[in-house]
Amino acid sequence: MTALPIAAPARRRAPAKVLPGFNLTLGYTILYLSLIVLIPLSALVFKTFTLSWEQFWAAVTGPRVLASYRLTFGASFIAALVNVVFGLLVAWVLVRYDFFGKKVVDALVDLPFALPTAVAGISLTALLAGNGWVGQYLEPMGIQLAFNPNGVVIALIFIGLPFVVRTVQPVLEDAEKELEEAATCLGATRWQTFSKVIFPSIAPALLTGFAMAFARAIGEYGSVIFIAGNMPMVSEITPLIIIGKLEQYDYAGATAVAVVMLVFSFILLLIINALQAWQRRHTGAPT
Amino acid sequence: MKKITRAALAATLAISGSWVSAQTLLNASYDVAREFYKDYNAAFVAHYKKTTGKDVKIDQAHGGSSAQARAVNDGLDADVVTMNTTTDVDFLASTGVVAKDWPKRFPGNASPTTSTMLFLTRNGNPKNIKDWDDLIKPGIQVIVVNPKTGGNGRMAYLAAWGYVKKKGGTDAQAAEFVGKLYKNVPVLAKGGRDATTIFLQRNIGDVLVTFESEVVSVDREFGEGKVDAVHPSISIVAENPVAIVERTVAKKGTGELAKAYLDYLYSEEAQEIAAKHALRPRSQAVLKKYSKTFKPIQLFYVNEVFGSLAEAQKVHFNDGGQFDKLYTVK
Repeated sequence: MTALPIAAPARRRAPAKVLPGFNLTLGYTILYLSLIVLIPLSALVFKTFTLSWEQFWAAVTGPRVLASYRLTFGASFIAALVNVVFGLLVAWVLVRYDFFGKKVVDALVDLPFALPTAVAGISLTALLAGNGWVGQYLEPMGIQLAFNPNGVVIALIFIGLPFVVRTVQPVLEDAEKELEEAATCLGATRWQTFSKVIFPSIAPALLTGFAMAFARAIGEYGSVIFIAGNMPMVSEITPLIIIGKLEQYDYAGATAVAVVMLVFSFILLLIINALQAWQRRHTGAPT
Repeated sequence: MKKITRAALAATLAISGSWVSAQTLLNASYDVAREFYKDYNAAFVAHYKKTTGKDVKIDQAHGGSSAQARAVNDGLDADVVTMNTTTDVDFLASTGVVAKDWPKRFPGNASPTTSTMLFLTRNGNPKNIKDWDDLIKPGIQVIVVNPKTGGNGRMAYLAAWGYVKKKGGTDAQAAEFVGKLYKNVPVLAKGGRDATTIFLQRNIGDVLVTFESEVVSVDREFGEGKVDAVHPSISIVAENPVAIVERTVAKKGTGELAKAYLDYLYSEEAQEIAAKHALRPRSQAVLKKYSKTFKPIQLFYVNEVFGSLAEAQKVHFNDGGQFDKLYTVK
């Protein structure tokens, strides 16, 4: 998703340099990426190297830490999946329907981007806790949404929604309606039109949205912390473990866990990118 | 913002023709001390003007106590640190930012005020919670701070442990007691304020274990009469240590001012301001005067039971320590 992977194959295919000033743009990309991404990340890795291998292993495989990986990655995955389904619905409605107040709804989608995440966490908690607007009706039915892993998932759904909507929306807007009409004329059912015509063209965008929502959720701290309950082994997210280690002035341990998270996230994003590339080749969609 | 105010101040001074440039001092402090230091700073500025004729401006930076310590360590140019856990200042001493013998630089272990852990219950104390033993009864929900993420939580844990030890219990009995107590904890708060919010706004739990000084802010923010303060029979002394940041004062030449600032915390006037904010003063006279707030209970120091706070940190709170075992060993 960076400029790098795109630049490399372009170069292989066109040794005669079709693009003018290619060296400059490539150089700029690498410089910029290094400044913004690689240098801070390498500082992280260097700090981790102050640990011996045994210390590193002990820091990143403690029982509480392992439980937190399961929660963070599991909840992020579920939240991203939910967002794919409902984000698509929202994008669909925003693109295909006209209704009163549509502009406002459209703007509302971006709210989770702009809202300080702590505010989101506090308001969600106020809503879902046992005495909250929603929670007071759910609690008697035995449904507890705040202060357990459910709360984590809900907070992550909230912050991840715009990523899916905003990646799918433009693709839907560009999708040619004529194709759907043609499909209908050729006798396709509505489901066939969706699954064979529309879905393949928006699938890459959906995957991108999924990846972004997922990645964002893994790193989320502010909103989750207020709703999670933070019980060891049950509802502690990995970023909380990192903060906990910092509170003990265990800088190296904190960076060690951060590095593990980073590696995991990177691998997952690589897999998603590969999926996307495969899917693009498979369907021949131009996106 | 700070720069702008400073520039504005400089401009006003230049215009008024006064060339006495006001010295500024930055105090890095913990979150809930904001109100206390606001009052104290005003008193100190007046006092300093009267005794030395010099103007001085105090800036405040607040945050979680250990987050502040990390910020100062990483380069925040604070002249003094005023914390609520000695480990935070110990950390700065270990990195050479404050003097190694900082507890000896000011009276009372360099802690002009202390606090202790007590209980807040719902109005009228419906579950009749009187002492630590009531917290481990089945069906009682206790709200405390996660000792991993907040000094408030560490003090609550140590107070409960120390209670058993002070009554003649063994370490094993203390571990069992604390284990039962945390079984009654439905939600571990991230920090002191978070705990108060969970207890009062979310309405979760029967009792909140927190600093004595938190009672005043609860009354102020949520209205009086919502909670009862319950003093257990035995509790812990939580010192609020202060220290001069040698690195900064050497650079800015504010050593004298910093010392005057911290010295004045021990004056009767400052001790009285502290008492009004429910921080236990060191001055016996002021303590007596406010005995309604500071009920005399049996207090013990961390050193008596745990050797030192650093030792307690290692045994109880570091990864794999006693606190982790409560949750990981079944």
